[in-house]
Amino acid sequence: MTGHDFTPDEMMAIAASRALSNTDVCFVGIGPPSAACNIARLTHAPDITLIYESGTIGTAPDVLPLSIGDGELCDTALTTVSVTEMFRYWLQGGKITVGFLGAAQIDRFANINTTVVGDYENPTVRLPGGGGAPEIASSSQEIYITMKQSKRGFVEKLDFFTSFGHGEGGDHRERMGIATKGPTLLITDLAIWKPDPVTKELTVVSLHPGTTKERVQQTVSWAVRFSDDLQETPAPTEEELSVLRALKARTAAAHAGNRVETA
Amino acid sequence: MAEFLSLKDAVKKYLKSGDMAAFEGFTHLIPHAAAHEVIRQGIDELTIVRMTPDLIYDQLIGMGLVKKMIFSYAGNPGVGLLRRVRDSIENGWPRSIEIEEHSHAALANAYEAGAAGLPCAVFRGYLGTELQRVNPNIRSVTCPFTGEELAAVPSIRPDVAFIHALKADRKGNVLIEGIVGVQKEAVLAATHSIVTVEEVVDELDTHMNACILLHWTVSAICEVPGGAHPSYAQGYYGRDNKTYIDWDPIAADREKFQAWMEEHVLKQGPDVFAGRIKGLEVTS
Repeated sequence: MTGHDFTPDEMMAIAASRALSNTDVCFVGIGPPSAACNIARLTHAPDITLIYESGTIGTAPDVLPLSIGDGELCDTALTTVSVTEMFRYWLQGGKITVGFLGAAQIDRFANINTTVVGDYENPTVRLPGGGGAPEIASSSQEIYITMKQSKRGFVEKLDFFTSFGHGEGGDHRERMGIATKGPTLLITDLAIWKPDPVTKELTVVSLHPGTTKERVQQTVSWAVRFSDDLQETPAPTEEELSVLRALKARTAAAHAGNRVETA
Repeated sequence: MAEFLSLKDAVKKYLKSGDMAAFEGFTHLIPHAAAHEVIRQGIDELTIVRMTPDLIYDQLIGMGLVKKMIFSYAGNPGVGLLRRVRDSIENGWPRSIEIEEHSHAALANAYEAGAAGLPCAVFRGYLGTELQRVNPNIRSVTCPFTGEELAAVPSIRPDVAFIHALKADRKGNVLIEGIVGVQKEAVLAATHSIVTVEEVVDELDTHMNACILLHWTVSAICEVPGGAHPSYAQGYYGRDNKTYIDWDPIAADREKFQAWMEEHVLKQGPDVFAGRIKGLEVTS
Protein backbone atom coordinates (compact mmCIF):
# COMPACT_ATOMS: atom_id res chain seq x y z
CA MET A 1 0.00 0.00 0.00
CA THR A 2 1.41 3.37 -0.97
CA GLY A 3 0.25 6.80 -1.94
CA HIS A 4 -1.34 7.79 1.38
CA ASP A 5 -2.20 11.44 1.58
CA PHE A 6 -1.26 11.81 5.25
CA THR A 7 2.05 11.67 7.09
CA PRO A 8 3.11 9.19 9.81
CA ASP A 9 3.08 12.08 12.31
CA GLU A 10 -0.51 12.91 11.37
CA MET A 11 -1.52 9.26 11.72
CA MET A 12 0.15 9.17 15.14
CA ALA A 13 -1.66 12.25 16.44
CA ILE A 14 -5.02 11.11 15.08
CA ALA A 15 -4.71 7.51 16.33
CA ALA A 16 -3.79 8.91 19.75
CA SER A 17 -6.75 11.29 19.74
CA ARG A 18 -9.16 8.40 19.11
CA ALA A 19 -8.13 6.76 22.39
CA LEU A 20 -9.66 9.59 24.40
CA SER A 21 -13.32 9.82 25.32
CA ASN A 22 -15.75 12.62 26.07
CA THR A 23 -15.78 11.79 29.79
CA ASP A 24 -12.01 11.65 30.26
CA VAL A 25 -10.12 13.95 32.57
CA CYS A 26 -6.78 14.07 30.82
CA PHE A 27 -3.45 15.34 32.19
CA VAL A 28 -1.70 16.55 29.06
CA GLY A 29 2.06 16.30 28.58
CA ILE A 30 3.92 18.66 26.27
CA GLY A 31 4.55 17.89 22.58
CA PRO A 32 2.71 15.10 20.75
CA PRO A 33 0.22 14.47 23.60
CA SER A 34 -0.96 18.08 23.33
CA ALA A 35 -1.85 17.66 19.64
CA ALA A 36 -3.68 14.37 20.27
CA CYS A 37 -5.73 15.71 23.18
CA ASN A 38 -6.80 18.83 21.32
CA ILE A 39 -7.78 16.92 18.16
CA ALA A 40 -9.97 14.74 20.39
CA ARG A 41 -11.55 17.86 21.87
CA LEU A 42 -12.17 19.36 18.43
CA THR A 43 -13.67 16.17 16.97
CA HIS A 44 -15.35 13.35 18.91
CA ALA A 45 -14.78 14.45 22.51
CA PRO A 46 -15.95 18.07 22.86
CA ASP A 47 -16.58 17.73 26.60
CA ILE A 48 -13.20 16.19 27.51
CA THR A 49 -11.51 17.92 30.44
CA LEU A 50 -7.94 18.83 29.52
CA ILE A 51 -5.60 19.64 32.37
CA TYR A 52 -2.06 21.00 32.08
CA GLU A 53 0.39 20.88 34.96
CA SER A 54 0.63 24.67 35.01
CA GLY A 55 -2.72 24.56 36.82
CA THR A 56 -5.18 25.13 33.98
CA ILE A 57 -8.28 22.93 34.24
CA GLY A 58 -10.84 22.47 31.45
CA THR A 59 -8.76 24.34 28.93
CA ALA A 60 -9.68 24.71 25.24
CA PRO A 61 -6.78 26.37 23.40
CA ASP A 62 -7.32 27.63 19.85
CA VAL A 63 -3.65 26.94 19.03
CA LEU A 64 -1.29 24.32 20.45
CA PRO A 65 0.76 25.77 23.29
CA LEU A 66 4.53 25.88 22.89
CA SER A 67 4.90 25.33 26.63
CA ILE A 68 2.55 23.80 29.20
CA GLY A 69 1.98 27.26 30.63
CA ASP A 70 1.14 29.43 27.62
CA GLY A 71 -1.38 32.21 28.27
CA GLU A 72 -3.72 30.59 25.76
CA LEU A 73 -4.27 27.72 28.21
CA CYS A 74 -5.23 30.04 31.06
CA ASP A 75 -7.37 32.31 28.86
CA THR A 76 -9.55 29.39 27.76
CA ALA A 77 -9.61 27.38 31.02
CA LEU A 78 -12.61 26.94 33.27
CA THR A 79 -10.36 27.60 36.24
CA THR A 80 -6.66 27.86 37.03
CA VAL A 81 -5.24 26.58 40.31
CA SER A 82 -1.77 26.77 41.83
CA VAL A 83 0.82 24.21 40.78
CA THR A 84 0.88 22.84 44.34
CA GLU A 85 -2.88 22.30 44.28
CA MET A 86 -2.61 20.71 40.83
CA PHE A 87 -0.16 18.08 41.99
CA ARG A 88 -1.63 17.51 45.45
CA TYR A 89 -5.42 17.50 44.99
CA TRP A 90 -6.03 16.81 41.32
CA LEU A 91 -3.23 14.39 40.46
CA GLN A 92 -2.30 12.76 43.78
CA GLY A 93 -5.99 12.89 44.78
CA GLY A 94 -6.83 10.47 41.97
CA LYS A 95 -8.99 12.80 39.88
CA ILE A 96 -7.13 12.18 36.59
CA THR A 97 -8.44 9.37 34.38
CA VAL A 98 -5.69 9.49 31.73
CA GLY A 99 -2.16 10.81 31.92
CA PHE A 100 -0.77 11.39 28.44
CA LEU A 101 3.02 11.28 28.23
CA GLY A 102 5.79 11.48 25.66
CA ALA A 103 9.23 9.93 26.10
CA ALA A 104 12.83 10.07 24.93
CA GLN A 105 13.44 6.37 25.67
CA ILE A 106 10.99 3.55 26.33
CA ASP A 107 11.54 -0.15 27.02
CA ARG A 108 9.39 -3.21 26.33
CA PHE A 109 7.49 -2.76 29.61
CA ALA A 110 6.67 0.90 28.91
CA ASN A 111 9.08 2.32 31.45
CA ILE A 112 10.21 5.80 30.43
CA ASN A 113 13.48 7.73 30.49
CA THR A 114 13.52 11.51 30.02
CA THR A 115 16.50 12.20 32.29
CA VAL A 116 19.87 11.29 30.72
CA VAL A 117 21.42 9.37 27.86
CA GLY A 118 24.41 7.52 29.30
CA ASP A 119 25.52 7.62 32.92
CA TYR A 120 23.69 9.98 35.32
CA GLU A 121 26.89 11.46 36.76
CA ASN A 122 28.60 11.84 33.37
CA PRO A 123 25.80 11.90 30.80
CA THR A 124 26.33 11.80 27.05
CA VAL A 125 23.17 13.88 26.75
CA ARG A 126 21.51 15.64 29.65
CA LEU A 127 17.76 15.56 28.88
CA PRO A 128 15.30 17.92 30.62
CA GLY A 129 14.30 15.47 33.35
CA GLY A 130 11.07 14.12 34.76
CA GLY A 131 9.05 17.26 35.40
CA GLY A 132 5.56 16.07 36.25
CA ALA A 133 5.94 12.63 34.66
CA PRO A 134 7.07 10.44 37.59
CA GLU A 135 3.88 11.18 39.55
CA ILE A 136 1.64 11.43 36.47
CA ALA A 137 2.77 7.85 35.75
CA SER A 138 1.85 6.55 39.19
CA SER A 139 -1.16 8.70 40.15
CA SER A 140 -3.23 8.87 36.93
CA GLN A 141 -5.74 6.05 36.66
CA GLU A 142 -4.05 4.95 33.43
CA ILE A 143 -1.34 6.18 31.08
CA TYR A 144 -1.20 6.63 27.34
CA ILE A 145 2.19 7.22 25.74
CA THR A 146 2.84 8.68 22.32
CA MET A 147 6.25 8.90 20.61
CA LYS A 148 7.93 8.22 17.29
CA GLN A 149 9.66 4.89 16.82
CA SER A 150 13.44 4.68 16.49
CA LYS A 151 16.15 2.31 17.68
CA ARG A 152 17.50 5.13 19.83
CA GLY A 153 14.14 5.58 21.52
CA PHE A 154 12.94 1.97 21.74
CA VAL A 155 15.74 0.46 23.79
CA GLU A 156 16.53 -2.93 25.29
CA LYS A 157 17.56 -1.27 28.55
CA LEU A 158 16.81 2.26 29.75
CA ASP A 159 19.74 4.47 30.71
CA PHE A 160 17.61 5.83 33.55
CA PHE A 161 14.21 5.03 35.11
CA THR A 162 12.41 8.38 35.17
CA SER A 163 8.82 7.15 35.18
CA PHE A 164 7.72 3.66 36.14
CA GLY A 165 5.61 1.76 33.62
CA HIS A 166 5.29 -1.96 34.25
CA GLY A 167 8.80 -2.35 35.72
CA GLU A 168 10.01 -5.84 34.96
CA GLY A 169 6.53 -6.87 33.82
CA GLY A 170 3.87 -9.14 35.31
CA ASP A 171 2.59 -7.90 38.67
CA HIS A 172 5.56 -5.59 39.31
CA ARG A 173 3.36 -2.51 39.72
CA GLU A 174 1.27 -4.15 42.43
CA ARG A 175 4.40 -5.39 44.19
CA MET A 176 5.64 -1.79 44.22
CA GLY A 177 2.41 -0.74 45.93
CA ILE A 178 1.18 1.21 42.91
CA ALA A 179 -2.59 0.93 42.71
CA THR A 180 -3.13 2.50 39.26
CA LYS A 181 -3.15 0.66 35.91
CA GLY A 182 -0.07 2.30 34.42
CA PRO A 183 0.57 2.36 30.67
CA THR A 184 -2.33 0.77 28.77
CA LEU A 185 -1.61 2.18 25.32
CA LEU A 186 1.35 3.30 23.21
CA ILE A 187 0.66 5.11 19.96
CA THR A 188 3.56 5.65 17.56
CA ASP A 189 4.02 6.87 13.99
CA LEU A 190 3.87 3.24 12.83
CA ALA A 191 1.59 1.29 15.12
CA ILE A 192 -0.60 0.93 18.20
CA TRP A 193 0.79 -1.14 21.07
CA LYS A 194 -0.86 -2.53 24.19
CA PRO A 195 0.70 -4.35 27.14
CA ASP A 196 0.06 -8.11 27.22
CA PRO A 197 -2.62 -8.76 29.88
CA VAL A 198 -0.33 -11.13 31.81
CA THR A 199 3.34 -10.39 31.01
CA LYS A 200 2.72 -6.65 30.43
CA GLU A 201 5.15 -6.68 27.51
CA LEU A 202 4.18 -4.12 24.88
CA THR A 203 2.59 -5.92 21.94
CA VAL A 204 1.73 -4.48 18.55
CA VAL A 205 -2.04 -4.75 18.10
CA SER A 206 -2.52 -2.53 15.04
CA LEU A 207 -0.30 -1.43 12.16
CA HIS A 208 -0.90 1.96 10.58
CA PRO A 209 -1.83 1.88 6.86
CA GLY A 210 1.21 1.13 4.70
CA THR A 211 3.37 -0.09 7.62
CA THR A 212 4.85 -3.58 7.71
CA LYS A 213 5.98 -5.78 10.59
CA GLU A 214 9.53 -5.49 9.22
CA ARG A 215 9.39 -1.69 9.35
CA VAL A 216 8.22 -1.83 12.98
CA GLN A 217 11.02 -4.24 13.90
CA GLN A 218 13.65 -2.06 12.16
CA THR A 219 12.86 0.79 14.56
CA VAL A 220 12.91 -1.21 17.81
CA SER A 221 15.93 -2.64 19.68
CA TRP A 222 14.16 -5.69 21.09
CA ALA A 223 12.38 -8.59 19.35
CA VAL A 224 8.89 -7.17 18.82
CA ARG A 225 5.81 -9.22 19.74
CA PHE A 226 2.83 -8.88 17.42
CA SER A 227 -0.71 -9.74 18.38
CA ASP A 228 -2.21 -12.91 16.83
CA ASP A 229 -5.13 -10.70 15.94
CA LEU A 230 -3.15 -7.91 14.29
CA GLN A 231 -5.37 -5.12 12.96
CA GLU A 232 -4.84 -2.25 10.56
CA THR A 233 -5.41 1.21 12.03
CA PRO A 234 -8.19 2.96 10.13
CA ALA A 235 -6.77 5.79 8.03
CA PRO A 236 -7.48 9.35 9.14
CA THR A 237 -10.86 10.64 8.05
CA GLU A 238 -11.25 13.88 6.09
CA GLU A 239 -12.58 15.56 9.22
CA GLU A 240 -9.70 14.40 11.44
CA LEU A 241 -7.12 15.53 8.91
CA SER A 242 -8.70 18.91 8.30
CA VAL A 243 -9.02 19.59 12.04
CA LEU A 244 -5.41 18.60 12.66
CA ARG A 245 -4.05 20.62 9.73
CA ALA A 246 -6.06 23.70 10.64
CA LEU A 247 -4.83 23.43 14.24
CA LYS A 248 -1.21 23.07 13.07
CA ALA A 249 -1.57 26.02 10.69
CA ARG A 250 -3.03 28.26 13.42
CA THR A 251 -0.24 27.15 15.74
CA ALA A 252 2.54 27.81 13.22
CA ALA A 253 1.17 31.28 12.51
CA ALA A 254 0.92 32.06 16.22
CA HIS A 255 4.45 30.92 17.07
CA ALA A 256 6.30 32.22 14.00
CA GLY A 257 6.25 35.72 15.35
CA ASN A 258 3.43 36.59 17.65
CA ARG A 259 4.04 40.30 17.68
CA VAL A 260 1.13 42.45 16.73
CA GLU A 261 1.94 45.15 14.19
CA THR A 262 1.58 48.46 15.97
CA ALA A 263 0.88 51.55 13.92
CA MET B 1 7.42 45.13 55.32
CA ALA B 2 7.52 46.03 51.65
CA GLU B 3 9.91 48.75 50.65
CA PHE B 4 9.81 50.33 47.20
CA LEU B 5 13.33 50.13 45.78
CA SER B 6 15.07 50.14 42.43
CA LEU B 7 15.85 46.61 41.30
CA LYS B 8 19.55 47.37 41.56
CA ASP B 9 19.23 48.46 45.18
CA ALA B 10 16.94 45.57 46.11
CA VAL B 11 19.35 42.94 44.76
CA LYS B 12 22.29 44.71 46.41
CA LYS B 13 20.47 44.84 49.74
CA TYR B 14 19.15 41.28 49.96
CA LEU B 15 21.21 38.84 47.87
CA LYS B 16 24.76 37.87 48.72
CA SER B 17 27.31 35.41 47.40
CA GLY B 18 26.60 31.84 48.56
CA ASP B 19 22.86 32.38 49.12
CA MET B 20 20.05 30.06 48.14
CA ALA B 21 17.83 31.92 45.70
CA ALA B 22 14.55 30.83 44.12
CA PHE B 23 13.37 32.57 40.95
CA GLU B 24 9.83 31.31 40.44
CA GLY B 25 7.14 31.67 37.84
CA PHE B 26 5.75 28.60 36.07
CA THR B 27 6.14 29.58 32.38
CA HIS B 28 4.18 32.72 33.28
CA LEU B 29 5.68 35.72 35.14
CA ILE B 30 9.27 34.47 35.08
CA PRO B 31 11.46 37.11 36.76
CA HIS B 32 13.91 37.67 33.88
CA ALA B 33 14.72 41.29 34.77
CA ALA B 34 15.66 40.28 38.32
CA ALA B 35 17.92 37.46 37.12
CA HIS B 36 19.64 39.86 34.71
CA GLU B 37 20.28 42.28 37.57
CA VAL B 38 21.86 39.47 39.61
CA ILE B 39 24.07 38.64 36.60
CA ARG B 40 25.10 42.28 36.24
CA GLN B 41 26.06 42.43 39.91
CA GLY B 42 28.01 39.17 39.52
CA ILE B 43 26.66 37.63 42.73
CA ASP B 44 28.12 34.13 42.67
CA GLU B 45 28.34 30.75 44.39
CA LEU B 46 24.55 30.67 44.37
CA THR B 47 22.34 27.69 45.05
CA ILE B 48 19.43 28.25 42.72
CA VAL B 49 16.04 26.57 43.06
CA ARG B 50 13.42 26.47 40.35
CA MET B 51 10.95 23.86 39.13
CA THR B 52 11.58 24.66 35.47
CA PRO B 53 15.02 26.28 35.06
CA ASP B 54 14.15 27.83 31.67
CA LEU B 55 16.32 30.50 30.00
CA ILE B 56 17.13 32.43 33.18
CA TYR B 57 19.01 29.50 34.71
CA ASP B 58 20.65 28.75 31.38
CA GLN B 59 21.98 32.32 31.63
CA LEU B 60 22.93 32.30 35.33
CA ILE B 61 24.74 28.96 34.92
CA GLY B 62 26.37 29.99 31.63
CA MET B 63 27.76 33.08 33.38
CA GLY B 64 29.38 30.89 36.04
CA LEU B 65 27.42 32.26 39.02
CA VAL B 66 25.95 28.96 40.18
CA LYS B 67 27.35 26.39 42.57
CA LYS B 68 24.28 24.17 42.81
CA MET B 69 20.90 23.86 41.09
CA ILE B 70 17.79 22.27 42.61
CA PHE B 71 15.24 21.61 39.85
CA SER B 72 12.68 19.28 38.29
CA TYR B 73 12.60 20.08 34.55
CA ALA B 74 15.56 21.68 32.78
CA GLY B 75 14.22 22.33 29.30
CA ASN B 76 13.36 25.18 26.96
CA PRO B 77 9.63 24.41 26.85
CA GLY B 78 8.49 23.27 23.44
CA VAL B 79 11.91 23.97 21.94
CA GLY B 80 14.31 21.47 23.43
CA LEU B 81 17.19 21.33 25.86
CA LEU B 82 18.93 24.03 27.86
CA ARG B 83 22.33 24.11 26.19
CA ARG B 84 24.27 26.13 28.79
CA VAL B 85 22.95 23.82 31.51
CA ARG B 86 24.00 20.84 29.38
CA ASP B 87 27.48 22.29 28.76
CA SER B 88 27.96 22.73 32.49
CA ILE B 89 26.75 19.23 33.38
CA GLU B 90 28.32 17.39 30.44
CA ASN B 91 31.59 19.35 30.03
CA GLY B 92 32.05 21.43 33.18
CA TRP B 93 31.91 24.73 31.22
CA PRO B 94 32.24 27.40 32.50
CA ARG B 95 32.30 25.34 35.70
CA SER B 96 30.81 22.15 37.05
CA ILE B 97 27.70 22.52 39.16
CA GLU B 98 26.14 20.25 41.71
CA ILE B 99 22.61 19.23 40.81
CA GLU B 100 19.80 18.08 43.06
CA GLU B 101 17.08 16.69 40.82
CA HIS B 102 13.45 16.20 41.78
CA SER B 103 10.05 15.81 40.16
CA HIS B 104 7.55 18.68 39.89
CA ALA B 105 5.32 17.12 42.54
CA ALA B 106 8.24 16.99 44.98
CA LEU B 107 9.28 20.62 44.52
CA ALA B 108 5.69 21.90 44.60
CA ASN B 109 5.23 20.03 47.87
CA ALA B 110 8.60 21.25 49.17
CA TYR B 111 7.71 24.90 48.55
CA GLU B 112 4.37 24.40 50.24
CA ALA B 113 6.08 22.80 53.24
CA GLY B 114 8.48 25.75 53.34
CA ALA B 115 5.59 28.21 53.33
CA ALA B 116 3.90 26.16 56.08
CA GLY B 117 7.02 26.29 58.25
CA LEU B 118 7.54 22.52 58.12
CA PRO B 119 10.95 20.82 57.89
CA CYS B 120 9.86 18.41 55.16
CA ALA B 121 7.13 17.57 52.70
CA VAL B 122 5.34 14.24 52.63
CA PHE B 123 3.51 13.03 49.53
CA ARG B 124 2.81 9.97 47.39
CA GLY B 125 5.52 9.99 44.77
CA TYR B 126 8.78 8.74 43.30
CA LEU B 127 7.21 5.27 43.00
CA GLY B 128 9.56 3.11 40.98
CA THR B 129 11.71 5.98 39.74
CA GLU B 130 15.49 6.02 39.89
CA LEU B 131 15.75 9.58 41.15
CA GLN B 132 16.10 8.46 44.78
CA ARG B 133 19.25 6.51 43.77
CA VAL B 134 20.98 9.72 42.63
CA ASN B 135 19.44 12.19 45.10
CA PRO B 136 20.00 11.48 48.81
CA ASN B 137 17.41 14.15 49.66
CA ILE B 138 14.66 11.84 48.45
CA ARG B 139 13.69 9.66 51.39
CA SER B 140 10.58 8.06 52.78
CA VAL B 141 8.42 8.04 55.89
CA THR B 142 5.87 5.51 57.05
CA CYS B 143 2.37 6.76 57.75
CA PRO B 144 1.79 6.21 61.49
CA PHE B 145 -1.89 5.43 60.84
CA THR B 146 -1.95 3.19 57.75
CA GLY B 147 1.62 1.96 57.40
CA GLU B 148 1.82 3.35 53.84
CA GLU B 149 5.33 4.33 52.79
CA LEU B 150 5.33 7.90 51.49
CA ALA B 151 7.99 10.03 49.85
CA ALA B 152 9.65 12.77 51.89
CA VAL B 153 11.83 15.67 50.74
CA PRO B 154 13.24 18.62 52.68
CA SER B 155 11.17 21.78 52.54
CA ILE B 156 12.57 24.65 50.49
CA ARG B 157 13.42 27.76 52.54
CA PRO B 158 15.33 30.13 50.21
CA ASP B 159 17.34 33.06 51.52
CA VAL B 160 15.76 35.16 48.79
CA ALA B 161 12.76 34.48 46.56
CA PHE B 162 12.43 36.45 43.33
CA ILE B 163 9.07 36.66 41.57
CA HIS B 164 7.47 38.91 38.98
CA ALA B 165 3.85 39.96 39.55
CA LEU B 166 1.21 42.01 37.79
CA LYS B 167 0.81 44.92 40.14
CA ALA B 168 1.28 46.24 43.64
CA ASP B 169 -0.70 48.90 45.44
CA ARG B 170 1.04 51.80 47.17
CA LYS B 171 1.16 49.91 50.47
CA GLY B 172 3.02 47.07 48.76
CA ASN B 173 0.29 44.42 48.52
CA VAL B 174 1.00 42.33 45.43
CA LEU B 175 -1.45 40.75 42.96
CA ILE B 176 -0.78 37.60 40.92
CA GLU B 177 -3.37 36.39 38.41
CA GLY B 178 -3.48 33.80 35.65
CA ILE B 179 -1.11 30.87 36.02
CA VAL B 180 -0.08 31.48 39.63
CA GLY B 181 2.44 28.62 39.79
CA VAL B 182 4.27 28.33 43.12
CA GLN B 183 5.11 32.01 43.58
CA LYS B 184 2.98 32.55 46.69
CA GLU B 185 4.58 29.49 48.31
CA ALA B 186 8.11 30.57 47.30
CA VAL B 187 7.68 34.04 48.80
CA LEU B 188 6.11 32.78 52.03
CA ALA B 189 8.86 30.15 52.36
CA ALA B 190 11.74 32.62 51.90
CA THR B 191 13.59 34.78 54.41
CA HIS B 192 13.48 37.74 52.01
CA SER B 193 11.61 38.33 48.79
CA ILE B 194 12.06 40.69 45.87
CA VAL B 195 9.00 41.27 43.72
CA THR B 196 9.20 43.03 40.37
CA VAL B 197 5.82 44.29 39.13
CA GLU B 198 4.40 45.62 35.88
CA GLU B 199 2.98 48.66 37.65
CA VAL B 200 2.22 50.27 41.00
CA VAL B 201 -1.42 51.35 41.30
CA ASP B 202 -3.72 53.04 43.82
CA GLU B 203 -6.14 50.11 43.97
CA LEU B 204 -5.52 46.44 43.06
CA ASP B 205 -9.14 46.38 41.82
CA THR B 206 -9.58 42.61 41.98
CA HIS B 207 -11.96 40.00 43.29
CA MET B 208 -12.43 38.56 46.79
CA ASN B 209 -10.50 35.32 46.18
CA ALA B 210 -7.54 36.84 44.38
CA CYS B 211 -4.00 35.62 44.96
CA ILE B 212 -2.51 38.45 47.01
CA LEU B 213 0.76 38.65 48.85
CA LEU B 214 0.30 40.96 51.82
CA HIS B 215 2.75 43.87 52.01
CA TRP B 216 4.26 42.55 55.23
CA THR B 217 5.29 39.27 53.51
CA VAL B 218 7.41 41.06 50.89
CA SER B 219 10.84 42.67 51.38
CA ALA B 220 11.18 44.80 48.27
CA ILE B 221 8.98 45.86 45.36
CA CYS B 222 10.52 47.11 42.15
CA GLU B 223 8.50 48.53 39.28
CA VAL B 224 9.90 46.96 36.11
CA PRO B 225 7.42 47.02 33.20
CA GLY B 226 8.08 44.08 30.89
CA GLY B 227 10.19 42.44 33.58
CA ALA B 228 9.04 38.93 32.70
CA HIS B 229 10.01 39.07 28.99
CA PRO B 230 10.32 36.72 27.07
CA SER B 231 7.88 35.11 29.50
CA TYR B 232 4.59 36.92 29.80
CA ALA B 233 2.25 38.79 32.14
CA GLN B 234 -1.44 37.90 32.02
CA GLY B 235 -3.44 40.83 30.68
CA TYR B 236 -0.33 42.89 29.88
CA TYR B 237 1.65 41.09 27.15
CA GLY B 238 1.95 37.66 25.56
CA ARG B 239 4.73 35.11 25.70
CA ASP B 240 7.44 35.90 23.16
CA ASN B 241 7.64 32.40 21.74
CA LYS B 242 9.92 33.53 18.94
CA THR B 243 12.57 34.65 21.44
CA TYR B 244 12.38 31.25 23.14
CA ILE B 245 12.89 29.56 19.77
CA ASP B 246 15.69 31.98 18.82
CA TRP B 247 17.49 31.31 22.11
CA ASP B 248 18.43 27.79 21.10
CA PRO B 249 21.15 28.61 18.52
CA ILE B 250 22.51 31.42 20.74
CA ALA B 251 22.85 29.12 23.75
CA ALA B 252 24.31 26.32 21.61
CA ASP B 253 27.56 28.25 21.04
CA ARG B 254 29.78 29.51 23.87
CA GLU B 255 31.04 32.59 22.02
CA LYS B 256 27.60 33.52 20.70
CA PHE B 257 26.21 33.16 24.21
CA GLN B 258 28.87 35.38 25.76
CA ALA B 259 28.45 38.03 23.09
CA TRP B 260 24.69 37.98 23.55
CA MET B 261 24.95 38.32 27.34
CA GLU B 262 27.42 41.19 26.96
CA GLU B 263 25.14 43.05 24.55
CA HIS B 264 21.70 42.32 26.03
CA VAL B 265 22.37 41.94 29.75
CA LEU B 266 25.70 43.35 30.97
CA LYS B 267 25.43 46.60 28.97
CA GLN B 268 21.76 47.15 29.82
CA GLY B 269 19.58 47.99 32.80
CA PRO B 270 16.08 47.01 33.96
CA ASP B 271 14.57 49.82 31.86
CA VAL B 272 15.30 47.91 28.66
CA PHE B 273 12.47 45.43 29.37
CA ALA B 274 9.69 47.94 28.67
CA GLY B 275 10.90 48.14 25.05
CA ARG B 276 11.17 44.37 24.65
CA ILE B 277 7.42 43.86 24.95
CA LYS B 278 6.53 46.29 22.16
CA GLY B 279 4.10 44.58 19.83
CA LEU B 280 3.34 41.83 22.36
CA GLU B 281 0.88 43.91 24.39
CA VAL B 282 -2.54 42.45 25.01
CA THR B 283 -5.06 44.50 23.09
CA SER B 284 -8.61 43.91 24.24
